[in-house]
Amino acid sequence: MSDPIRSVSSLDRRGSSGESAGELVLSRARVLDPRARLDGMYDVVVRRGRIAELAEPGSVEPGDGELVDAEGRAVFPAFFDPHVHLRTPGDEDEEDIETGTRAAAAGGYCGVLAMANTEPPVDSAPDVRSLRERASEQASVPTGFLACVTRGMEGMELTEMAELHDAGAVGFSDDGRPIANARVLRRALQYQRLVRGQFALHEEDRELSRPHGARDSSAGGVMHEGLVSAGLGLAGIPAVAESTMIARDAALAAYEDARIHVQHLSARESVDAVAAAKEAGVRITCEATPHHLTLTDEEVRSLDARYKMNPPLRADDDRQALIEGIRSGIIDCVATDHAPHSIDEKEVPFEEAAMGVTGLETAFAALHTHLVLPGVLELGVLVDRMSAGAGAFGFELPSLAPGSEANLVLFDPEAEWEPGADGWESRSSNSCFAGRKLRGRVLMTVAAGQVAYRQRSFAVGVAA
Amino acid sequence: MRHLLSITDLQPPDVERIMKRAEGFAEVGRRDIKKVPTLRGRTIVNLFYESSTRTSSSFELAAKRLSADVVSVKAAGSSVEKGESLKDTVATLSAYGPEAIVIRSPYAGAAELVAQWSEAAVVNAGDGKHEHPSQALLDVYTLLRRLESLEGRRIWIVGDVLHSRVARSNVLAFRMMGAEVTVCGPPTLIPRGIGDALGCEVRYDLDRLEEAEIVYALRMQRERMHESFVPSIREYAARYQIDTRRLGPRQLLMHPGPVNRGVELAPEVIDGPNSLITEQVESGLVVRMAILYELLAGGRPRPGDARGGDAEDVSAPTPIKEPA
Repeated sequence: MSDPIRSVSSLDRRGSSGESAGELVLSRARVLDPRARLDGMYDVVVRRGRIAELAEPGSVEPGDGELVDAEGRAVFPAFFDPHVHLRTPGDEDEEDIETGTRAAAAGGYCGVLAMANTEPPVDSAPDVRSLRERASEQASVPTGFLACVTRGMEGMELTEMAELHDAGAVGFSDDGRPIANARVLRRALQYQRLVRGQFALHEEDRELSRPHGARDSSAGGVMHEGLVSAGLGLAGIPAVAESTMIARDAALAAYEDARIHVQHLSARESVDAVAAAKEAGVRITCEATPHHLTLTDEEVRSLDARYKMNPPLRADDDRQALIEGIRSGIIDCVATDHAPHSIDEKEVPFEEAAMGVTGLETAFAALHTHLVLPGVLELGVLVDRMSAGAGAFGFELPSLAPGSEANLVLFDPEAEWEPGADGWESRSSNSCFAGRKLRGRVLMTVAAGQVAYRQRSFAVGVAA
Repeated sequence: MRHLLSITDLQPPDVERIMKRAEGFAEVGRRDIKKVPTLRGRTIVNLFYESSTRTSSSFELAAKRLSADVVSVKAAGSSVEKGESLKDTVATLSAYGPEAIVIRSPYAGAAELVAQWSEAAVVNAGDGKHEHPSQALLDVYTLLRRLESLEGRRIWIVGDVLHSRVARSNVLAFRMMGAEVTVCGPPTLIPRGIGDALGCEVRYDLDRLEEAEIVYALRMQRERMHESFVPSIREYAARYQIDTRRLGPRQLLMHPGPVNRGVELAPEVIDGPNSLITEQVESGLVVRMAILYELLAGGRPRPGDARGGDAEDVSAPTPIKEPA
């Protein structure tokens, strides 16, 4: 039913063929990989793109490759983001494959999956092939592309999913829009038996999230429906707009024995709906974003459009449910829903502003600062969830066990920094963490065996 | 006070100071020559992105009575219609060096953005369904001319609370002045959680309307019927219209205007003895004069000016302070 499990390096990236990477030693690193049951000090040796060995700390002599003294800093399996928007084609002024994957590398990611809601949407095999070609020239980290479930993301006719799959689409999604029509989604789920491939679903009943009704599609909810929206007089998006669709789609997936992945959970009711589906044996996975895990609708009191995204930041009770979901595993993974927007789309009144926030460069640091350091979430659990999204889409989970493909991140848990203070790798700056002090910073990322990123201030030290 | 963006920016002493100042201006309004030189040489821009008769005209007249130079920009026929962004429009108008910008926008938070983008003092003349603080202040003023104080007064706000910026600002202002506020309307037009959000009671019928000392009716827009908020205007009027049967002889009636006669209010109560609706319009002018004075001529009593807001004080030219 599903594709055989593939390595992350099977995705397209720049310079993936040809030169083989030299030796890299991360000396005296605190290695943490809960899935491989690794937690201790080692010298990590990367040779020919793989983890060659984990040696006694300080035992490996610098050879002809590079030796980096980690001085006790952390090494984790690199992260995998199953949900980013690279805005290509169509909105390259906001992001493109080069800048978006550079942002991913800077955030510690060894792989990203790009959504298909571009301009025009990715709904034909030539679209997929052209994106893959560009990724093979420009992408800093392995990049996969999803294709639309329905033509033009209009929710009516299915795309040629079998051909799209053959062209290399890694899954299917109309993300940005729900598949409103249950008949259309049911057909797509039936067709999954032929095309395999994961379905990533944006769950939103727009009859509920757009309180002015279908007559006026522009007059939709702009934030979580709750005390803050009542006080501000902003149209709300109720939690049930998400959870009722999850319940519907889980029932359809169960009936068709299909596999679905629910995107960006935001509400307690949604966590409950996924938990019930998992309990009933439905093949369902889901994700939550760093912003939903760390911020609430209280931020919207500022009417700052940086806090506008869909699904919206919800109440603290919802946030607690998401954290508990991450802890228990009901929520399988963290995904950023990295959604770059130009300043012109954000420097406007809240209701007029575009929905979406960037996230790749701040994801782990934000969760480390707001959940791990205060003792809310165990570091090991977070490290697992940061890359578990690979599994939901049929990719090997990054591992530090000797013999694995080298996908790792060197992280300084002590470093304090202010996101955006030195600019962004992303072409856009619409981050909800801009200007907030974060603790912990990615210093180096190795993706599919190659060094994809070095933090600038750290790179100076490395040269010595 | 630097700006008037939200009732939440105010404390009771601020409100009392503005009320006193408005009383002084009311005295000026009874003179032959109704103009004072207080804001001579100052420029005030009225930027209205939504049609408005009473708010825009009363701000314009208030500025003129204070001898300010006024530029009124309406959405129709301006660069606003050509797709210029709010930020660019504000930058353009700021080039004239206005001391104050009065803005009405269909979007919540627009006034706050203008305050970030401009050096001018900003008055929120209505931002989306968020707030309309000058309306709330004029309503408080109107009531204080009838009643000694709002402490412990029971005020019912009736109608389409969901779409009403007046409701939000007025709940906040009435509560700040000590009143007990109840909002009442069809369940589809009462925002979920508003009782906790604003600290008011919520009711879905008029059964206990007699408890109210003041009944504040909101405008019911006919479009709401098509959006299935109410089945029909007829049913709405049957359940929620304030008429002589429902309004007791001691209850005061208010409405922000414009009134839909025969929908939220029966014609006979509009012009009835309990109605403060005309007084609200009169109050609008003097309260808006007081707001502009507060922002541009310095609100807090200065040393040697303990009296604060009597008529002599306001008619005397005030030294011009440079905007910060």
